[in-house]
Amino acid sequence: MNKYSVFSLVRNAMSYHENWQKAWRSPDPKKEYDVVIVGGGAHGLATAYYLAKECGITNVAILEKGWLGGGNTGRNTTIVRSNYLWDESSAIYEHAMKLWENLSQDLNYNVMFSQRGLLHLAHNVHDMQEIGRRGHAIHLNGIDSEFLTPEQVKEIEPTINLDCRYPVLGALLQRRGGSARHDAVAWGYARAADDMGVDIIQNCEVTGFDIQDGVVKGVETSRGHIGAKKVGVVTAGHSSVMANMAGFRMPLESFPLQAMVSEPLKPVINTVIMSGAVHVYLSQSDKGELVVGAGSDNFVSYSQRGSFDMMDHIVGPLKELFPFTSRLRMMRQWGGIVDVTVDRSPIITKTPVENMFFNCGWGTGGFKATPGSGNVFAHSIANGELHPIAAPFTMNRFNTGALIDEGAAAAVAH
Amino acid sequence: MSQSNRIKTGGRIDRNKPVSFTFDGKTFQGFEGDTLASALLANNVHLMGRSFKYHRPRGVLSAGSEEPNAIVTIGSGKRSDPNTRATVVEMFDGLEASSQNCWPSLNFDIGGINNKLSRFFPAGFYYKTFMWPKSMWMKYEEIIRASAGMGVAPEEGDPDTYAVKHEYCDVLIAGGGPAGLSAALTAGRTGARVILIDEQNEFGGSLLSDHGAEIDGKPAMDWVDAALAELKEMEEVTILNRTAVIGYFDHNFITAMEKITDHLGPQDSNDTPRQRFWKIRAKQVVLASGSFERPMLFGDNDRPGVMLASAVRTYINRYGVLPGKDMVVFTNNDSAYKTALDAFANGGRVEIVDTRVDPKGPLVEQARSLDITIHTNAAIVGTKGYRRLKGVEVMELNEAGDGVKGTKFHIGCDVVAMSSGWNPAVNLFSQARGKLRYDEELTSFVPDHCQWDNYSVGSCNGTFTLEGALSEGLEAGLKAAQAAGFGEGQSVPATPSAPEVEHGDMRTLWYIPMDRPLARGKKHFHEFQNDSTVADIHLAAREGYISVEHLKRYTTTGMGTDQGKTSNVNAIAIMAQIRGVSIPQVGTTTFRPPFVPVTFGAIAGHDVEDLFLQARKTPMHSAHDRNGAIYEDVGDWKRPYYFPKAGEDMHAAVQRECKAVRDSVGIMDGSTLGKLDIQGKDASRLLNLLYTNAWSKLAPGKCRYGLMCNEHGMVFDDGVTTCIGENHYHMTTTTGGAGRVANWIEEWIQTEYPDWDVYATSVTEQWAVSILNGPKSRKVLEKLVDIDLSAEAFPFMAMKECHIAGVPARIYRISFTGELSYEINVPARYGLHVWDALLEAGEEFDICQYGTETMHVLRAEKGFIIAGQDTDGSVTPMDLDMDWIVSKKKGDFLGRRSFTRTDTARTDRKQLVGVLTEDPNVVLMEGAHLVRELKDKPPMDMLGHVTSSYMSPNCGRSIAMALIRDGKNLKGQSFMVPTMSGKAHKVTITDPIFFDKENKRIDGEPS
Ligand SMILES: Cc1cc2nc3c(=O)[nH]c(=O)nc-3n(C[C@H](O)[C@H](O)[C@H](O)COP(=O)(O)OP(=O)(O)OC[C@H]3O[C@@H](n4cnc5c(N)ncnc54)[C@H](O)[C@@H]3O)c2cc1C
Repeated sequence: MNKYSVFSLVRNAMSYHENWQKAWRSPDPKKEYDVVIVGGGAHGLATAYYLAKECGITNVAILEKGWLGGGNTGRNTTIVRSNYLWDESSAIYEHAMKLWENLSQDLNYNVMFSQRGLLHLAHNVHDMQEIGRRGHAIHLNGIDSEFLTPEQVKEIEPTINLDCRYPVLGALLQRRGGSARHDAVAWGYARAADDMGVDIIQNCEVTGFDIQDGVVKGVETSRGHIGAKKVGVVTAGHSSVMANMAGFRMPLESFPLQAMVSEPLKPVINTVIMSGAVHVYLSQSDKGELVVGAGSDNFVSYSQRGSFDMMDHIVGPLKELFPFTSRLRMMRQWGGIVDVTVDRSPIITKTPVENMFFNCGWGTGGFKATPGSGNVFAHSIANGELHPIAAPFTMNRFNTGALIDEGAAAAVAH
Repeated sequence: MSQSNRIKTGGRIDRNKPVSFTFDGKTFQGFEGDTLASALLANNVHLMGRSFKYHRPRGVLSAGSEEPNAIVTIGSGKRSDPNTRATVVEMFDGLEASSQNCWPSLNFDIGGINNKLSRFFPAGFYYKTFMWPKSMWMKYEEIIRASAGMGVAPEEGDPDTYAVKHEYCDVLIAGGGPAGLSAALTAGRTGARVILIDEQNEFGGSLLSDHGAEIDGKPAMDWVDAALAELKEMEEVTILNRTAVIGYFDHNFITAMEKITDHLGPQDSNDTPRQRFWKIRAKQVVLASGSFERPMLFGDNDRPGVMLASAVRTYINRYGVLPGKDMVVFTNNDSAYKTALDAFANGGRVEIVDTRVDPKGPLVEQARSLDITIHTNAAIVGTKGYRRLKGVEVMELNEAGDGVKGTKFHIGCDVVAMSSGWNPAVNLFSQARGKLRYDEELTSFVPDHCQWDNYSVGSCNGTFTLEGALSEGLEAGLKAAQAAGFGEGQSVPATPSAPEVEHGDMRTLWYIPMDRPLARGKKHFHEFQNDSTVADIHLAAREGYISVEHLKRYTTTGMGTDQGKTSNVNAIAIMAQIRGVSIPQVGTTTFRPPFVPVTFGAIAGHDVEDLFLQARKTPMHSAHDRNGAIYEDVGDWKRPYYFPKAGEDMHAAVQRECKAVRDSVGIMDGSTLGKLDIQGKDASRLLNLLYTNAWSKLAPGKCRYGLMCNEHGMVFDDGVTTCIGENHYHMTTTTGGAGRVANWIEEWIQTEYPDWDVYATSVTEQWAVSILNGPKSRKVLEKLVDIDLSAEAFPFMAMKECHIAGVPARIYRISFTGELSYEINVPARYGLHVWDALLEAGEEFDICQYGTETMHVLRAEKGFIIAGQDTDGSVTPMDLDMDWIVSKKKGDFLGRRSFTRTDTARTDRKQLVGVLTEDPNVVLMEGAHLVRELKDKPPMDMLGHVTSSYMSPNCGRSIAMALIRDGKNLKGQSFMVPTMSGKAHKVTITDPIFFDKENKRIDGEPS
C-alpha cells in the first residue's frame, strides 16, 4: 500500500496523479476462506479489518451484493456520539469513540472525524429529566457530558431560535461527539483491509447458505459457491432476509429512514444538533450542506427511499428551530433501509447455526458504532465467543427479556 | 455601453418596460421578460460566479434550471436568496444580485490561488492528507469549511409567507412544450381533470427559442397560443406556470413548487404567498419535461463565454441577446447549426468546428451557402482567456477521434456555443423508479418501463422532432384520460404538420482530445460547479472507485445544486471508456428528488409560528390566563404549571399550593388527561387484554385503576377506567400518552381482533375536567350539586352522574393525592362556567388553584407513580411493587407472557423505592444516580437513578423516588449521590410512601 500523506500528494502531483495505486483490488473469489463476511457496509469492512489486524485472520472475504459502502453506510447523516443511557450501550459506543479518535491515522485515510460537539436539546420538563438522567449516567460511566443552559446553547449556535414552540430549556452537550465522512470510512477500512490480504468482492450477492448438520460450510452467491469456516453476516436492512435464508428468524423490522441536504452554504451551523420534541436533527457538512434528518417512515419497506410526508414533517421543525433556513432550499432527499429491533439496540450474536454470526439491528444509529462494532464482532468471530462488550447484545435477550431499551428510556435515535 | 449585446428587435422581452438592476453594486439596464442571465449577457457581462473548489471564473452555461455556473445571491438581509441560478431569475425593476464564493471580489478572488495549486487538489485529495499532526485536524477542518460552501445564509426572519395546496387530478402533465401542450389538449377535451405544469414563465418549451419553427404552416408560437386559449376555456384544466414539478413518489404522488411573487420582487404586504407548494395525487401522469443539452469536454471548457449551443440560441431568439460578436460553434451534431444560423442572421461572426468528418444535410448546406466557415473533423483543444473567453485553439481529429493531428490554429472569439448531443430529462421518470434504457443512436438514456401509470412524450422520451413530440403528446394525453375513465371512444386527432429538416448522424466523442496528454495544463470539466474534471474520473478509475456511485462520491460529480443535469451522462460515458465497458454497464446513479432545489419555507407552508404544532388549550384556558398561570408544555398541551401570587417564584408558589390542598382545598384543570369512550359487547374483553388486572366484574358506576404493559411486560401507561353502563366504559390515560394508547388500542382491535365488537373513541376534547382535592372538597362541591356526597352515598372509586351549577356532569371520586377528591367532568363547552363556579364556591375555603408541579409533589408524597417519569419502558408492575395489580387468574393479557422470561422474572431488577437525603433541605436533581461506592472520579458503579424529587412542605423535607437495582432489599441502607460538579449527597433508601401511609385522608372531612 502506498502511504497517503501530503508528501505523496505532492509527489504524485508531479506525475499528474497517474501513479496512484488502486485503493483495493478486485479479486475473484477463492474456493474457501477462513471467514466470509456478508455485507460490504462499513460494519462488515471494519470487521474484516480488525480480523486481519487484531485477530491474525487474513484469509477473509467480504461479499457485497452491490458496491461497498452503498447501503446505509453511504446514506446516513453521520452523527457520532457515545452518550447513550445504558451501561451496555455506553460501553460499545464509547469503545467505538475511542477507535474513532485515531481512525484516520490508523487507516491512513482521512475519515474527517470531526469532534465538533453534539447537542441534545431539551424542550420540556420530561426532556430535562431525560437529559438529566442520561447526562449523569454518561458522566458516571466516565464519558464526557455537560448540561447547558439555553444561553450557553445560543452561544454555541447563534442562529437557533430558543423561544420556539417548546422553548429550549437546556441541552446535553457531548464535546467529543460530531460526525465523520461516511464514504471515507468505508473506503478507508476497505483499503486497509485489502492491504492485509482481505478479498473485497463486490457485485457478489449471497443467495443462500451451505449448512450441513447445523454447521455453516459456505455461502451460495451470484458468483457461485464460496466455502467458509465461519460466516459473519452484516447486512443491515436485509439481515432478517439473510436469517430467513439460514433458517431462523431475526427479530427485526426494516423501515425506510430518510435524510436530506440543503444547497451548500458558508459555515453557519457549528455542531450537531438533535431535538426530539421539535423533531429534527441537523449538522452542516464540510461541503457546506445542511444535513437534516428525522424519524423513519411509518411502514416497513425494502425500497431505499421514503415517502414525502416524513420530509414534510421535519421541514416545519427545521424552520421553527432555525428560522434562517426558511429561504434556503432542499437539494437532495434520499433514504436507506434501517433494521430496527424492539429495544432499539443492536444484535451481535451467535446463531442457531454453528459458526454463523450476525451483527445487525443498528437501525437508525449504527454509523457511530462502526469501529467498535467491527472490532468486537471480529473478536467474537475469531474466538467463537462473544466479546464481553458484545455479549449483552446477543439475540437471546429477546427470549430472556434482558432488553437494552434505548428506545423507550432515552427515546433518542441516531 | 449599455446593453451592447442586445439585438435591435425581436425576442419575447417587453421593450416598453425597461428595468434597472444591480449586480455586485453596479447598475445595469434590462427589460421585463429578461432573466438575470439574459440581462447580464445583454450588457456583455459573462463573469457571474466562481467555481466551488478552484474558484475559477465562470459565466453562464445554460438558459434554464440546469445551470451549474451562474449561481448568485438575490436580494439581501432577511430576503437574501443564496445559490440562485441567474438563468431562472426573472427580471424586475430594482433587482439586486451579487456574486458569491469569492473574496474580495468576483473579478479578483484570492481563492483563485486554489486554481494555481489545483494540481495538488485532485478528486479526493482530502482523504489523503490533513492527518498530521492529528491534533491539527479540527483546525484544518475549519479552513476547509470556510473555503467550501457557496452562498451565505440569509438573516433570520423571512418576511415572506408560503402556501401549500393539495390537489387531485386525472391527468397531470409535467412540461408545457409542444408535447405537453398536445397531451393537455387531448386529455382536457375528454373533460378529465387535468393539471398542466411548467417551470417557466411562459408555455411553449423549446418553441420559445425556436425561431422559424412552424406548425401547420404558421409560426409555432401561434399554435402554442391557440392551444393555451383552448385549454383556458376548459373548466377542469388547471394551468400552472412558474411551477416546477420536483418530486415523483409512489402511486403518482407529485410535488411541485410554484413561484408566485418571485418575479415581482419583494412585496410590501405578505397577503400573497411568495411561493406555493403543491401536493398532487394524479391518476395518470404525462412526463413532457424536455431534454438537456450536453457540454463538450474539451480543454478549459469552462471559460466565461463557453455556453451550450441551445442556450445561445435561446438568448438570441427569446431574449434578443447575442451573447458575443465572435462565435465558434463546436458540435458533433446538426442541432447546433441552428444556433450558428441564428447568430449569423443577427450579425454575429460565426465559425463552426464540427467533429464529424463529413457533415451533411440541409442545415449544414445552409451554413455553407452563407459562407460560414466549417472546420470538419476538428476539435477545440484549448481556450484563451481567463475571466472571459478570448479565443479557441483548434486541431484536426484523428480517425478514431481519440487524438489530434496537424497544426494547431487559433480562432479569436468571445463565445463558444457547444453541443455534444442531448439527454432526455428522465429525472422524474427515474425518481418514480422507472427503469432506463440506453439508446445507442441517441447516445443517451431514455425511459423504458415504470410501475406507475405514466407516459413520457417528446424529447424527454428521446423523440427530438417537433412533429414526433406533437403526435406523442396527443396520443398520450388521450390514453391517459381514457385510463382515468374519460373520453371513451374518442380517437387521437391528426398530428398537425411540423416539417423538420433532416438531421445528419452524430459523431459523439465523449472526451475531446488535445495535443498533449490529459491533465497537462488544461482541465476538461464535465461537472462545472464542483470542478470535477475528466482527469478526476481517470483518477477515480485508477484508484478503484469505478462504480458509478463511487465515482459520484469520490469526484463529487453530480453533487452540485444542479444535481448533475448536464454532467451525468458525460461522466458515465468517460468511465465506460476508461473501463472498456458499455455505458449501460456503468449505469446511472439514482435520480433523487427534488428535480430542482425547493425552498424549505414553501414545504413548511402555513405550518409556521402559531400554526406550527398548534398548542392545545383546555376550555378553562382563559381563566388560567386571567389567574396568572405559568404554563408547562405537556404533549401539545399548555397546562398550568403553577399559579404564582405577586412576588412568588416557582418554588414559593408550589410550596404554598401543596400545603393549601392538604390543609383545605385545591382545584386543578385535568382536562388534558387522555379519555377514551369504549363501547361494545367486547368492551370488558378489551380492558382485560390491555390492563394487567381483571375487569369483568366492574359494576356500573364503579372506577378501577389499571396499568398497561407492552408485550415485554413493561409498564407504559396507567389510568382509571370507569364502567358507565353495560358494555360501556370511560378510560383515562396520561396526558402525554393519550395518542399512544389510542393507537395501541386500534392496532390490537384492527390487526389482531377485528372480530371483536368494540370501539374506542377519543373523547379527550369532549370533556372538561375540574379536579377538587383536599379535605374541604366536599364542602365546596356540595354547594353546586344535587346529589348526596357523603362517603357512604358516594364512596371512593365511584362515579355519579348529576348536575353541577346547572349543567350535566359525571363526577368521579378518584384521587391522585390521597385526599378526598372529585374529578368533575362536564361537556367541554361548560368547562369554563363550572371552573368559575367552583372557584366562587370555594372562596370561603380559600380554594387554591394549583398546577402540574403541585400535582407532582402531592402524588409523590403518596408514592404514586407517573408513567413515563417513574417508569421508562423498562419497568414491570412488580418492579413498582404493584404485584397486586397483576391478575394471576384472568386469562391472557398484554405483557403476561413476558413476566416469565428469565430476566423479567429476576427479583433483583431495578425497583421503585423512596430516597431520603441526609440533609432534608437538599433536593436531589432528577436523573442523578446512586452509586454503590463513591470514587474520586468516574467510572462508578451505578445502582439506579432518581426519577422524582421535590421539596415537600407536607413532609417538611425533601423527598425522592428512584429506580434502584435490587432496591427492595436495600431499604434502610445509605448510599451516595454524586453530582456533576463533583459534590455528593448521602441518601437512605426507604419505602416510597412519605405521607399518610395509612391512607386515612381519603374521605376528607365529613360534611
Ligand atoms: C437516512 C439515515 C440516516 C442515518 N443517520 C445516522 C446517524 O446520523 N448516525 C448513526 O450512527 N447512524 C445513522 N444511520 C444508521 C447507519 O447508517 C447504519 O446503522 C450503519 O451504516 C449500518 O452499517 P452497516 O455496515 O451495518 O450497513 P450497510 O452500510 O447498509 O451495509 C450492509 C451491506 O450489506 C449488503 N447486503 C445486503 N444483502 C446482501 C446479500 N444478500 N449479499 C451480499 N451483500 C448484501 C448491502 O448491499 C449493504 O452494502 C442512518 C441511517 C440512515 C438510512
